[in-house]
Amino acid sequence: MNNLTIVQAHKGLLEKEFSALELTKFFLNKIKKQDKKISAFITVTDDLALSQAKEVDKLISKGKKVPILAGVPVAVKDNILVEGIKATCASKVLEDYIAPYDATCIKKLKELGAVILGKTNLDEFAMGSSTEHSAFFSTKNPHDLTRVPGGSSGGSAAAVAADLCCYALGSDTGGSIRQPASFCGVNGLKPTYGTVSRYGLIAFASSLDQIGPITKTAQDAEIVFDAISGKDELDSTSVESKVTNYKLQITNLKIGIPKEYFIKGIDPEVEKIVKQAIKKIEEMGAKIEEISLPHTEYALPIYYIIMPSEASANLARYDGIKYGLSKSNKDLLGVYLKSRADGFGDEVKRRIMLGTYALSAGYYDAYYLKAQKVRTLIRHDFDKAFKKVDAIFTPTSPFPAFKLGEKIKDPVSMYLSDIFTASVNLVGLPAVSVPVDSVGKLPVGLQIIGKPFEENKILEISKIYE
Amino acid sequence: MISQEDTKHIAKLARLGLKETEIKKFQKDLSSIFNYFNSLKKVDVLNIEPTFHPAEHYLKERLDVMRQDKAESQPEQVVDSLIAAAPDKKKRHIKVKAVFK
Repeated sequence: MNNLTIVQAHKGLLEKEFSALELTKFFLNKIKKQDKKISAFITVTDDLALSQAKEVDKLISKGKKVPILAGVPVAVKDNILVEGIKATCASKVLEDYIAPYDATCIKKLKELGAVILGKTNLDEFAMGSSTEHSAFFSTKNPHDLTRVPGGSSGGSAAAVAADLCCYALGSDTGGSIRQPASFCGVNGLKPTYGTVSRYGLIAFASSLDQIGPITKTAQDAEIVFDAISGKDELDSTSVESKVTNYKLQITNLKIGIPKEYFIKGIDPEVEKIVKQAIKKIEEMGAKIEEISLPHTEYALPIYYIIMPSEASANLARYDGIKYGLSKSNKDLLGVYLKSRADGFGDEVKRRIMLGTYALSAGYYDAYYLKAQKVRTLIRHDFDKAFKKVDAIFTPTSPFPAFKLGEKIKDPVSMYLSDIFTASVNLVGLPAVSVPVDSVGKLPVGLQIIGKPFEENKILEISKIYE
Repeated sequence: MISQEDTKHIAKLARLGLKETEIKKFQKDLSSIFNYFNSLKKVDVLNIEPTFHPAEHYLKERLDVMRQDKAESQPEQVVDSLIAAAPDKKKRHIKVKAVFK
Protein backbone atom coordinates (compact mmCIF):
# COMPACT_ATOMS: atom_id res chain seq x y z
CA MET A 1 0.00 0.00 0.00
CA ASN A 2 3.03 2.28 -0.23
CA ASN A 3 3.02 5.41 -2.42
CA LEU A 4 -0.49 5.00 -3.74
CA THR A 5 -1.93 7.65 -6.00
CA ILE A 6 -5.69 8.26 -5.93
CA VAL A 7 -6.08 6.24 -9.13
CA GLN A 8 -4.09 3.29 -7.72
CA ALA A 9 -5.92 3.37 -4.38
CA HIS A 10 -9.26 3.33 -6.18
CA LYS A 11 -8.15 0.38 -8.29
CA GLY A 12 -6.91 -1.50 -5.22
CA LEU A 13 -10.26 -0.96 -3.50
CA LEU A 14 -12.29 -2.12 -6.51
CA GLU A 15 -10.10 -5.17 -7.05
CA LYS A 16 -10.33 -5.97 -3.33
CA GLU A 17 -6.55 -5.95 -2.87
CA PHE A 18 -7.35 -4.11 0.35
CA SER A 19 -10.42 -2.68 2.03
CA ALA A 20 -10.94 1.01 2.77
CA LEU A 21 -10.56 0.16 6.46
CA GLU A 22 -7.22 -1.58 5.88
CA LEU A 23 -6.02 1.32 3.76
CA THR A 24 -7.07 3.85 6.40
CA LYS A 25 -5.43 1.87 9.23
CA PHE A 26 -2.27 1.63 7.14
CA PHE A 27 -2.07 5.43 6.87
CA LEU A 28 -3.06 6.06 10.50
CA ASN A 29 -0.28 3.69 11.62
CA LYS A 30 2.20 5.30 9.29
CA ILE A 31 1.30 8.73 10.67
CA LYS A 32 1.76 7.45 14.23
CA LYS A 33 5.19 6.04 13.43
CA GLN A 34 6.61 8.61 11.04
CA ASP A 35 4.98 11.93 11.78
CA LYS A 36 7.04 12.36 14.97
CA LYS A 37 9.98 13.39 12.82
CA ILE A 38 8.07 15.33 10.14
CA SER A 39 5.30 16.98 12.22
CA ALA A 40 2.93 17.44 9.31
CA PHE A 41 -0.26 16.94 11.34
CA ILE A 42 -1.79 19.14 14.03
CA THR A 43 -4.79 16.82 14.56
CA VAL A 44 -5.20 13.20 13.51
CA THR A 45 -8.88 12.27 13.13
CA ASP A 46 -8.76 8.50 13.74
CA ASP A 47 -12.43 8.05 14.64
CA LEU A 48 -13.75 10.10 11.73
CA ALA A 49 -11.43 8.34 9.25
CA LEU A 50 -12.30 4.83 10.48
CA SER A 51 -16.04 5.46 10.39
CA GLN A 52 -15.83 6.97 6.89
CA ALA A 53 -13.79 3.97 5.70
CA LYS A 54 -16.33 1.49 7.11
CA GLU A 55 -19.14 3.25 5.22
CA VAL A 56 -17.25 2.91 1.95
CA ASP A 57 -16.52 -0.79 2.61
CA LYS A 58 -20.24 -1.36 3.14
CA LEU A 59 -21.00 0.13 -0.27
CA ILE A 60 -18.25 -1.86 -1.98
CA SER A 61 -19.32 -5.13 -0.36
CA LYS A 62 -22.87 -4.52 -1.59
CA GLY A 63 -21.44 -4.28 -5.08
CA LYS A 64 -22.29 -0.55 -5.40
CA LYS A 65 -20.31 1.55 -7.84
CA VAL A 66 -18.28 4.02 -5.77
CA PRO A 67 -16.80 7.37 -6.83
CA ILE A 68 -13.06 7.48 -7.48
CA LEU A 69 -12.36 9.38 -4.22
CA ALA A 70 -14.38 6.94 -2.08
CA GLY A 71 -12.24 5.33 0.60
CA VAL A 72 -9.17 7.29 -0.47
CA PRO A 73 -7.43 8.98 2.51
CA VAL A 74 -6.89 12.75 2.40
CA ALA A 75 -5.17 15.27 4.69
CA VAL A 76 -6.69 18.74 5.09
CA LYS A 77 -4.92 22.01 5.82
CA ASP A 78 -6.00 23.23 9.24
CA ASN A 79 -7.58 26.44 7.93
CA ILE A 80 -10.37 24.47 6.21
CA LEU A 81 -13.38 23.55 8.38
CA VAL A 82 -14.34 19.93 9.03
CA GLU A 83 -17.46 19.77 11.20
CA GLY A 84 -16.84 18.71 14.78
CA ILE A 85 -13.03 18.76 14.34
CA LYS A 86 -10.67 21.41 15.66
CA ALA A 87 -9.71 24.10 13.12
CA THR A 88 -6.74 25.84 14.72
CA CYS A 89 -5.27 27.72 11.75
CA ALA A 90 -2.01 27.02 13.65
CA SER A 91 -2.90 29.93 15.93
CA LYS A 92 -3.28 30.24 19.68
CA VAL A 93 -6.41 32.28 18.91
CA LEU A 94 -8.16 29.20 17.52
CA GLU A 95 -6.31 26.52 19.51
CA ASP A 96 -9.57 25.11 20.94
CA TYR A 97 -11.96 26.18 18.17
CA ILE A 98 -14.19 23.38 16.91
CA ALA A 99 -15.59 23.80 13.41
CA PRO A 100 -19.39 24.18 13.58
CA TYR A 101 -19.92 23.13 9.94
CA ASP A 102 -18.13 21.71 6.90
CA ALA A 103 -16.40 23.86 4.31
CA THR A 104 -18.07 23.41 0.92
CA CYS A 105 -15.05 21.51 -0.46
CA ILE A 106 -15.18 19.15 2.54
CA LYS A 107 -18.92 18.64 2.13
CA LYS A 108 -18.29 17.67 -1.49
CA LEU A 109 -15.45 15.30 -0.58
CA LYS A 110 -17.55 13.66 2.15
CA GLU A 111 -20.41 13.11 -0.31
CA LEU A 112 -17.92 11.29 -2.53
CA GLY A 113 -16.83 9.04 0.35
CA ALA A 114 -13.44 10.60 1.12
CA VAL A 115 -11.62 9.44 4.27
CA ILE A 116 -10.27 12.39 6.27
CA LEU A 117 -7.09 11.44 8.13
CA GLY A 118 -6.45 14.73 9.87
CA LYS A 119 -5.59 18.42 9.79
CA THR A 120 -2.19 19.62 8.68
CA ASN A 121 0.18 22.29 9.93
CA LEU A 122 0.56 25.71 8.34
CA ASP A 123 2.00 29.13 9.04
CA GLU A 124 -0.36 30.85 11.47
CA PHE A 125 -3.42 32.04 9.48
CA ALA A 126 -1.51 30.89 6.35
CA MET A 127 0.90 33.81 6.71
CA GLY A 128 4.33 32.59 5.76
CA SER A 129 6.46 30.61 3.36
CA SER A 130 8.07 28.00 5.61
CA THR A 131 5.45 26.73 8.13
CA GLU A 132 7.81 28.03 10.85
CA HIS A 133 5.21 30.64 11.78
CA SER A 134 2.90 27.92 13.15
CA ALA A 135 2.14 28.75 16.78
CA PHE A 136 2.63 25.06 17.67
CA PHE A 137 5.66 23.55 15.90
CA SER A 138 7.61 23.60 12.63
CA THR A 139 7.08 20.95 9.98
CA LYS A 140 10.20 19.37 8.46
CA ASN A 141 10.86 18.69 4.79
CA PRO A 142 10.66 14.90 4.25
CA HIS A 143 13.57 15.09 1.77
CA ASP A 144 15.88 16.72 4.35
CA LEU A 145 14.72 17.06 7.95
CA THR A 146 16.96 20.08 8.57
CA ARG A 147 15.01 22.07 5.99
CA VAL A 148 11.58 23.68 5.76
CA PRO A 149 8.75 22.15 3.69
CA GLY A 150 7.80 25.60 2.38
CA GLY A 151 4.55 27.26 3.27
CA SER A 152 2.05 28.05 4.13
CA SER A 153 0.56 24.65 3.18
CA GLY A 154 3.77 23.00 4.44
CA GLY A 155 2.00 20.31 6.46
CA SER A 156 -0.13 19.24 3.49
CA ALA A 157 2.82 19.15 1.06
CA ALA A 158 5.03 17.27 3.55
CA ALA A 159 2.24 14.76 4.28
CA VAL A 160 1.87 13.97 0.56
CA ALA A 161 5.64 13.80 0.00
CA ALA A 162 6.15 11.50 3.00
CA ASP A 163 3.23 9.33 1.83
CA LEU A 164 1.22 9.95 5.00
CA CYS A 165 -1.91 10.37 2.81
CA CYS A 166 -2.90 9.81 -0.83
CA TYR A 167 -3.48 13.54 -1.40
CA ALA A 168 -4.11 16.73 0.51
CA LEU A 169 -5.95 20.03 0.35
CA GLY A 170 -4.11 23.31 0.69
CA SER A 171 -4.89 26.99 0.18
CA ASP A 172 -2.93 29.48 -1.91
CA THR A 173 -2.94 33.25 -1.32
CA GLY A 174 0.46 34.15 -2.79
CA GLY A 175 2.05 30.77 -3.50
CA SER A 176 1.03 28.72 -0.45
CA ILE A 177 0.18 25.59 -2.46
CA ARG A 178 2.78 25.86 -5.23
CA GLN A 179 5.88 26.82 -3.24
CA PRO A 180 5.60 23.97 -0.67
CA ALA A 181 4.72 21.58 -3.53
CA SER A 182 7.95 22.69 -5.19
CA PHE A 183 10.01 22.29 -1.98
CA CYS A 184 8.53 18.83 -1.26
CA GLY A 185 8.58 17.44 -4.82
CA VAL A 186 4.83 17.02 -5.30
CA ASN A 187 2.15 18.53 -7.56
CA GLY A 188 0.31 21.63 -6.38
CA LEU A 189 -2.54 23.32 -8.22
CA LYS A 190 -3.76 26.84 -7.50
CA PRO A 191 -7.04 26.99 -9.42
CA THR A 192 -8.56 30.04 -11.16
CA TYR A 193 -9.97 32.46 -8.58
CA GLY A 194 -13.60 31.60 -7.93
CA THR A 195 -13.61 28.03 -9.25
CA VAL A 196 -13.43 26.48 -5.76
CA SER A 197 -15.78 27.83 -3.10
CA ARG A 198 -14.02 29.58 -0.22
CA TYR A 199 -16.93 28.89 2.15
CA GLY A 200 -15.40 27.33 5.26
CA LEU A 201 -11.87 28.42 4.43
CA ILE A 202 -10.72 30.68 7.27
CA ALA A 203 -10.42 34.04 5.49
CA PHE A 204 -6.95 35.54 5.07
CA ALA A 205 -6.91 37.82 1.98
CA SER A 206 -10.24 37.28 0.28
CA SER A 207 -9.44 38.57 -3.21
CA LEU A 208 -6.44 36.21 -3.38
CA ASP A 209 -7.33 33.05 -1.37
CA GLN A 210 -8.08 29.88 -3.28
CA ILE A 211 -8.31 26.22 -2.17
CA GLY A 212 -6.55 23.60 -4.28
CA PRO A 213 -5.15 20.05 -4.34
CA ILE A 214 -1.66 18.81 -3.48
CA THR A 215 -1.15 15.43 -5.14
CA LYS A 216 1.36 12.85 -6.33
CA THR A 217 0.35 13.14 -10.01
CA ALA A 218 -1.33 15.60 -12.37
CA GLN A 219 -4.12 13.12 -13.02
CA ASP A 220 -4.89 13.06 -9.28
CA ALA A 221 -4.98 16.88 -9.27
CA GLU A 222 -7.58 16.80 -12.06
CA ILE A 223 -9.70 14.33 -10.09
CA VAL A 224 -9.65 16.43 -6.91
CA PHE A 225 -10.19 19.70 -8.77
CA ASP A 226 -13.25 18.24 -10.55
CA ALA A 227 -14.57 17.08 -7.18
CA ILE A 228 -14.22 20.36 -5.26
CA SER A 229 -14.90 23.00 -7.92
CA GLY A 230 -18.21 24.60 -8.87
CA LYS A 231 -20.53 27.49 -8.11
CA ASP A 232 -21.62 27.66 -4.48
CA GLU A 233 -24.46 29.81 -3.15
CA LEU A 234 -22.46 30.27 0.03
CA ASP A 235 -19.55 32.03 -1.73
CA SER A 236 -20.74 34.91 -3.89
CA THR A 237 -17.38 35.04 -5.70
CA SER A 238 -17.56 31.40 -6.79
CA VAL A 239 -18.29 30.50 -10.40
CA GLU A 240 -19.08 27.45 -12.47
CA SER A 241 -15.93 26.51 -14.32
CA LYS A 242 -16.27 25.58 -17.92
CA VAL A 243 -15.31 21.93 -18.15
CA THR A 244 -13.03 21.62 -21.10
CA ASN A 245 -12.01 18.25 -22.37
CA TYR A 246 -8.59 19.28 -23.44
CA LYS A 247 -6.60 17.07 -25.76
CA LEU A 248 -2.95 17.93 -25.59
CA GLN A 249 -1.13 18.33 -28.87
CA ILE A 250 2.35 19.44 -27.99
CA THR A 251 3.28 20.50 -31.50
CA ASN A 252 0.47 23.07 -31.43
CA LEU A 253 1.59 24.58 -28.13
CA LYS A 254 3.22 27.95 -27.71
CA ILE A 255 5.03 28.34 -24.41
CA GLY A 256 5.98 31.79 -23.13
CA ILE A 257 9.14 32.31 -21.09
CA PRO A 258 9.03 35.66 -19.29
CA LYS A 259 12.51 37.15 -19.23
CA GLU A 260 11.77 38.96 -15.96
CA TYR A 261 11.59 35.61 -14.13
CA PHE A 262 15.18 34.65 -14.87
CA ILE A 263 16.86 37.27 -12.79
CA LYS A 264 19.90 37.82 -10.63
CA GLY A 265 19.40 36.13 -7.29
CA ILE A 266 17.84 32.96 -8.67
CA ASP A 267 19.77 29.84 -7.62
CA PRO A 268 21.88 28.81 -10.68
CA GLU A 269 21.00 25.13 -10.21
CA VAL A 270 17.27 25.98 -10.15
CA GLU A 271 17.68 28.07 -13.29
CA LYS A 272 19.52 25.21 -15.03
CA ILE A 273 16.84 22.66 -14.11
CA VAL A 274 13.96 24.88 -15.24
CA LYS A 275 15.74 25.62 -18.53
CA GLN A 276 16.24 21.89 -19.10
CA ALA A 277 12.52 21.38 -18.53
CA ILE A 278 11.78 24.07 -21.12
CA LYS A 279 14.19 22.39 -23.54
CA LYS A 280 12.41 19.09 -23.04
CA ILE A 281 9.03 20.40 -24.18
CA GLU A 282 10.72 22.24 -27.05
CA GLU A 283 12.30 18.99 -28.22
CA MET A 284 8.86 17.40 -28.11
CA GLY A 285 7.68 19.99 -30.62
CA ALA A 286 6.31 22.94 -28.63
CA LYS A 287 7.20 26.43 -29.76
CA ILE A 288 9.11 28.44 -27.17
CA GLU A 289 8.79 32.19 -27.20
CA GLU A 290 10.49 34.75 -24.99
CA ILE A 291 7.89 37.14 -23.62
CA SER A 292 7.94 40.15 -21.34
CA LEU A 293 5.82 40.78 -18.26
CA PRO A 294 7.30 44.25 -17.68
CA HIS A 295 5.62 45.00 -14.32
CA THR A 296 6.86 41.80 -12.67
CA GLU A 297 9.19 43.62 -10.27
CA TYR A 298 6.18 45.40 -8.70
CA ALA A 299 4.14 42.25 -8.12
CA LEU A 300 5.71 41.38 -4.78
CA PRO A 301 5.62 44.91 -3.31
CA ILE A 302 1.94 45.33 -4.21
CA TYR A 303 1.17 41.83 -2.97
CA TYR A 304 2.65 42.83 0.39
CA ILE A 305 0.34 45.88 0.44
CA ILE A 306 -2.92 44.30 -0.80
CA MET A 307 -2.64 41.01 1.12
CA PRO A 308 -2.02 42.57 4.59
CA SER A 309 -4.70 45.21 3.94
CA GLU A 310 -7.30 42.51 3.35
CA ALA A 311 -5.89 40.43 6.22
CA SER A 312 -6.09 43.31 8.69
CA ALA A 313 -9.81 43.65 7.90
CA ASN A 314 -10.50 39.89 7.92
CA LEU A 315 -8.69 39.32 11.22
CA ALA A 316 -10.63 42.07 12.98
CA ARG A 317 -13.17 39.34 13.78
CA TYR A 318 -10.83 37.83 16.39
CA ASP A 319 -11.92 40.13 19.17
CA GLY A 320 -12.31 37.69 22.07
CA ILE A 321 -16.11 38.02 22.00
CA LYS A 322 -17.66 35.60 19.53
CA TYR A 323 -15.17 32.72 19.56
CA GLY A 324 -11.51 31.97 19.98
CA LEU A 325 -9.08 33.09 22.64
CA SER A 326 -10.54 35.60 25.09
CA LYS A 327 -8.69 37.44 27.85
CA SER A 328 -10.83 39.20 30.41
CA ASN A 329 -10.04 42.80 31.18
CA LYS A 330 -11.56 45.79 32.91
CA ASP A 331 -13.41 47.07 29.85
CA LEU A 332 -14.36 46.07 26.30
CA LEU A 333 -11.37 47.77 24.68
CA GLY A 334 -9.13 45.97 27.17
CA VAL A 335 -10.62 42.62 26.11
CA TYR A 336 -9.82 43.40 22.46
CA LEU A 337 -6.28 44.64 23.11
CA LYS A 338 -5.29 41.80 25.41
CA SER A 339 -6.98 38.94 23.51
CA ARG A 340 -5.38 39.99 20.24
CA ALA A 341 -1.96 40.76 21.73
CA ASP A 342 -1.78 37.39 23.48
CA GLY A 343 -3.39 35.37 20.68
CA PHE A 344 -1.58 36.43 17.52
CA GLY A 345 2.04 35.54 16.74
CA ASP A 346 4.65 38.00 15.48
CA GLU A 347 4.11 37.51 11.75
CA VAL A 348 0.34 37.91 12.05
CA LYS A 349 0.77 41.07 14.13
CA ARG A 350 3.27 42.39 11.60
CA ARG A 351 0.83 41.90 8.72
CA ILE A 352 -2.12 43.35 10.62
CA MET A 353 0.05 46.42 11.37
CA LEU A 354 1.19 46.68 7.72
CA GLY A 355 -2.37 46.46 6.43
CA THR A 356 -3.75 48.88 8.99
CA TYR A 357 -1.04 51.37 8.05
CA ALA A 358 -1.63 50.99 4.30
CA LEU A 359 -5.36 51.54 4.78
CA SER A 360 -5.12 54.41 7.26
CA ALA A 361 -6.09 57.99 6.44
CA GLY A 362 -3.28 59.77 4.61
CA TYR A 363 -1.69 56.56 3.31
CA TYR A 364 -4.60 54.87 1.55
CA ASP A 365 -3.99 56.59 -1.80
CA ALA A 366 -0.23 56.27 -1.73
CA TYR A 367 -0.19 52.58 -0.85
CA TYR A 368 -3.45 50.67 -1.12
CA LEU A 369 -5.02 52.47 -4.08
CA LYS A 370 -1.72 52.76 -5.90
CA ALA A 371 -1.16 49.01 -5.43
CA GLN A 372 -4.58 48.19 -6.88
CA LYS A 373 -3.75 50.33 -9.93
CA VAL A 374 -0.41 48.62 -10.43
CA ARG A 375 -2.35 45.35 -10.15
CA THR A 376 -4.25 46.44 -13.28
CA LEU A 377 -0.93 46.92 -15.10
CA ILE A 378 0.15 43.40 -14.10
CA ARG A 379 -3.15 42.08 -15.43
CA HIS A 380 -2.56 43.89 -18.73
CA ASP A 381 0.88 42.25 -18.95
CA PHE A 382 -0.66 38.78 -18.67
CA ASP A 383 -3.55 39.62 -21.04
CA LYS A 384 -1.05 40.71 -23.64
CA ALA A 385 1.17 37.67 -23.15
CA PHE A 386 -1.73 35.24 -23.41
CA LYS A 387 -2.68 36.66 -26.80
CA LYS A 388 0.57 35.13 -28.04
CA VAL A 389 1.10 31.99 -25.94
CA ASP A 390 -0.92 29.10 -24.47
CA ALA A 391 0.95 28.77 -21.20
CA ILE A 392 3.79 30.47 -19.33
CA PHE A 393 6.68 28.56 -17.77
CA THR A 394 8.66 29.92 -14.80
CA PRO A 395 10.48 28.51 -11.79
CA THR A 396 8.05 28.09 -8.87
CA SER A 397 10.61 29.40 -6.38
CA PRO A 398 13.97 31.10 -6.90
CA PHE A 399 15.62 28.52 -4.60
CA PRO A 400 15.05 24.99 -3.25
CA ALA A 401 14.01 24.34 0.37
CA PHE A 402 16.04 26.44 2.80
CA LYS A 403 17.25 25.54 6.30
CA LEU A 404 14.95 25.79 9.29
CA GLY A 405 15.64 29.13 10.98
CA GLU A 406 17.49 30.58 7.98
CA LYS A 407 14.98 33.32 7.11
CA ILE A 408 12.77 33.54 10.16
CA LYS A 409 14.46 36.66 11.57
CA ASP A 410 14.35 38.66 8.35
CA PRO A 411 10.77 39.25 7.09
CA VAL A 412 11.77 40.77 3.74
CA SER A 413 14.01 37.83 2.81
CA MET A 414 11.18 35.42 3.73
CA TYR A 415 8.78 37.49 1.59
CA LEU A 416 11.07 37.00 -1.44
CA SER A 417 10.02 33.31 -1.44
CA ASP A 418 6.76 34.43 -3.09
CA ILE A 419 8.43 36.40 -5.88
CA PHE A 420 7.43 34.04 -8.73
CA THR A 421 4.04 32.99 -7.37
CA ALA A 422 2.27 36.13 -6.09
CA SER A 423 1.46 37.66 -9.54
CA VAL A 424 -0.80 34.74 -10.36
CA ASN A 425 -2.99 35.39 -7.30
CA LEU A 426 -3.17 39.13 -7.99
CA VAL A 427 -4.75 38.45 -11.38
CA GLY A 428 -6.67 35.27 -10.46
CA LEU A 429 -5.00 32.88 -12.92
CA PRO A 430 -4.58 29.11 -12.52
CA ALA A 431 -1.06 27.74 -12.06
CA VAL A 432 0.51 24.43 -11.18
CA SER A 433 3.88 23.52 -9.70
CA VAL A 434 5.22 20.24 -11.06
CA PRO A 435 8.42 18.57 -9.80
CA VAL A 436 10.97 18.37 -12.61
CA ASP A 437 14.29 17.51 -10.99
CA SER A 438 16.30 18.09 -7.84
CA VAL A 439 19.44 19.76 -6.56
CA GLY A 440 21.02 16.94 -4.57
CA LYS A 441 18.03 15.59 -2.68
CA LEU A 442 16.08 18.87 -2.81
CA PRO A 443 13.25 18.92 -5.36
CA VAL A 444 12.75 21.78 -7.82
CA GLY A 445 9.36 22.70 -9.25
CA LEU A 446 8.39 24.18 -12.61
CA GLN A 447 5.47 26.61 -12.51
CA ILE A 448 3.02 26.45 -15.43
CA ILE A 449 0.61 29.40 -15.58
CA GLY A 450 -2.54 29.16 -17.70
CA LYS A 451 -5.40 31.32 -18.92
CA PRO A 452 -8.49 31.58 -16.70
CA PHE A 453 -10.34 28.23 -16.45
CA GLU A 454 -7.60 26.31 -18.26
CA GLU A 455 -6.65 24.07 -15.33
CA ASN A 456 -7.00 20.99 -17.51
CA LYS A 457 -4.61 22.35 -20.10
CA ILE A 458 -1.80 23.18 -17.66
CA LEU A 459 -2.27 19.85 -15.89
CA GLU A 460 -2.12 17.98 -19.21
CA ILE A 461 1.08 19.84 -20.09
CA SER A 462 2.58 19.03 -16.69
CA LYS A 463 2.13 15.30 -17.34
CA ILE A 464 5.07 15.26 -19.73
CA TYR A 465 7.35 15.70 -16.69
CA GLU A 466 6.08 12.58 -14.92
CA MET B 1 11.38 55.67 8.72
CA ILE B 2 8.07 55.21 10.53
CA SER B 3 8.03 57.03 13.88
CA GLN B 4 7.38 55.40 17.22
CA GLU B 5 4.28 57.57 17.61
CA ASP B 6 2.89 56.32 14.29
CA THR B 7 3.64 52.72 15.24
CA LYS B 8 1.74 53.15 18.51
CA HIS B 9 -1.15 54.79 16.67
CA ILE B 10 -1.34 51.91 14.16
CA ALA B 11 -1.26 49.34 16.96
CA LYS B 12 -4.15 51.13 18.62
CA LEU B 13 -6.17 51.25 15.38
CA ALA B 14 -5.48 47.54 14.91
CA ARG B 15 -6.57 46.83 18.51
CA LEU B 16 -3.26 45.19 19.35
CA GLY B 17 -2.09 45.81 22.92
CA LEU B 18 1.62 45.75 22.15
CA LYS B 19 4.44 45.98 24.69
CA GLU B 20 7.09 48.73 24.39
CA THR B 21 9.64 46.18 23.10
CA GLU B 22 7.18 45.06 20.42
CA ILE B 23 6.52 48.66 19.37
CA LYS B 24 10.27 49.13 18.85
CA LYS B 25 10.58 45.88 16.90
CA PHE B 26 7.58 46.59 14.64
CA GLN B 27 8.75 50.16 14.07
CA LYS B 28 11.97 48.72 12.65
CA ASP B 29 10.22 45.92 10.69
CA LEU B 30 7.57 48.18 9.19
CA SER B 31 10.17 50.74 8.18
CA SER B 32 12.24 48.18 6.30
CA ILE B 33 9.15 46.67 4.65
CA PHE B 34 7.90 50.12 3.56
CA ASN B 35 11.35 50.83 2.15
CA TYR B 36 10.84 47.79 0.00
CA PHE B 37 7.69 49.47 -1.41
CA ASN B 38 9.64 52.55 -2.58
CA SER B 39 10.12 51.12 -6.06
CA LEU B 40 6.39 51.68 -6.63
CA LYS B 41 6.93 55.43 -6.70
CA LYS B 42 8.34 55.26 -10.22
CA VAL B 43 5.31 53.47 -11.71
CA ASP B 44 3.02 55.76 -13.69
CA VAL B 45 -0.62 54.90 -13.00
CA LEU B 46 -2.19 57.97 -14.56
CA ASN B 47 -5.63 57.05 -15.97
CA ILE B 48 -5.30 53.45 -14.78
CA GLU B 49 -8.34 52.01 -13.01
CA PRO B 50 -7.73 49.94 -9.87
CA THR B 51 -8.41 46.18 -9.86
CA PHE B 52 -10.10 45.36 -6.57
CA HIS B 53 -11.29 41.94 -7.60
CA PRO B 54 -8.96 39.61 -9.49
CA ALA B 55 -11.67 37.95 -11.52
CA GLU B 56 -13.99 40.82 -12.39
CA HIS B 57 -12.52 41.28 -15.86
CA TYR B 58 -13.00 37.70 -16.99
CA LEU B 59 -16.18 37.07 -15.04
CA LYS B 60 -18.16 40.10 -16.09
CA GLU B 61 -21.18 38.17 -17.31
CA ARG B 62 -20.88 35.30 -14.91
CA LEU B 63 -20.21 36.93 -11.58
CA ASP B 64 -23.64 37.35 -10.11
CA VAL B 65 -22.68 38.79 -6.76
CA MET B 66 -26.13 39.60 -5.50
CA ARG B 67 -28.45 36.91 -4.28
CA GLN B 68 -32.12 37.29 -3.38
CA ASP B 69 -32.48 39.38 -0.22
CA LYS B 70 -33.96 36.50 1.69
CA ALA B 71 -32.95 35.15 5.10
CA GLU B 72 -31.84 31.53 4.98
CA SER B 73 -32.30 29.85 8.31
CA GLN B 74 -29.61 27.50 9.56
CA PRO B 75 -30.21 24.18 11.31
CA GLU B 76 -30.60 24.57 15.11
CA GLN B 77 -27.57 22.37 15.62
CA VAL B 78 -25.33 24.80 13.71
CA VAL B 79 -26.75 27.76 15.63
CA ASP B 80 -26.13 25.95 18.92
CA SER B 81 -22.52 25.17 18.05
CA LEU B 82 -21.93 28.78 16.95
CA ILE B 83 -23.21 30.01 20.32
CA ALA B 84 -21.27 27.31 22.14
CA ALA B 85 -18.06 28.78 20.68
CA ALA B 86 -18.54 32.12 22.48
CA PRO B 87 -16.32 32.45 25.56
CA ASP B 88 -18.90 34.24 27.72
CA LYS B 89 -22.63 33.65 27.38
CA LYS B 90 -25.94 33.50 29.13
CA LYS B 91 -28.37 30.95 27.65
CA ARG B 92 -28.50 31.81 23.95
CA HIS B 93 -26.98 35.27 24.35
CA ILE B 94 -23.33 36.26 24.01
CA LYS B 95 -22.16 38.45 26.88
CA VAL B 96 -20.11 41.58 26.16
CA LYS B 97 -18.63 44.11 28.58
CA ALA B 98 -20.66 47.29 28.94
CA VAL B 99 -19.83 49.89 26.29
CA PHE B 100 -21.30 52.87 28.15
CA LYS B 101 -20.33 53.78 31.67
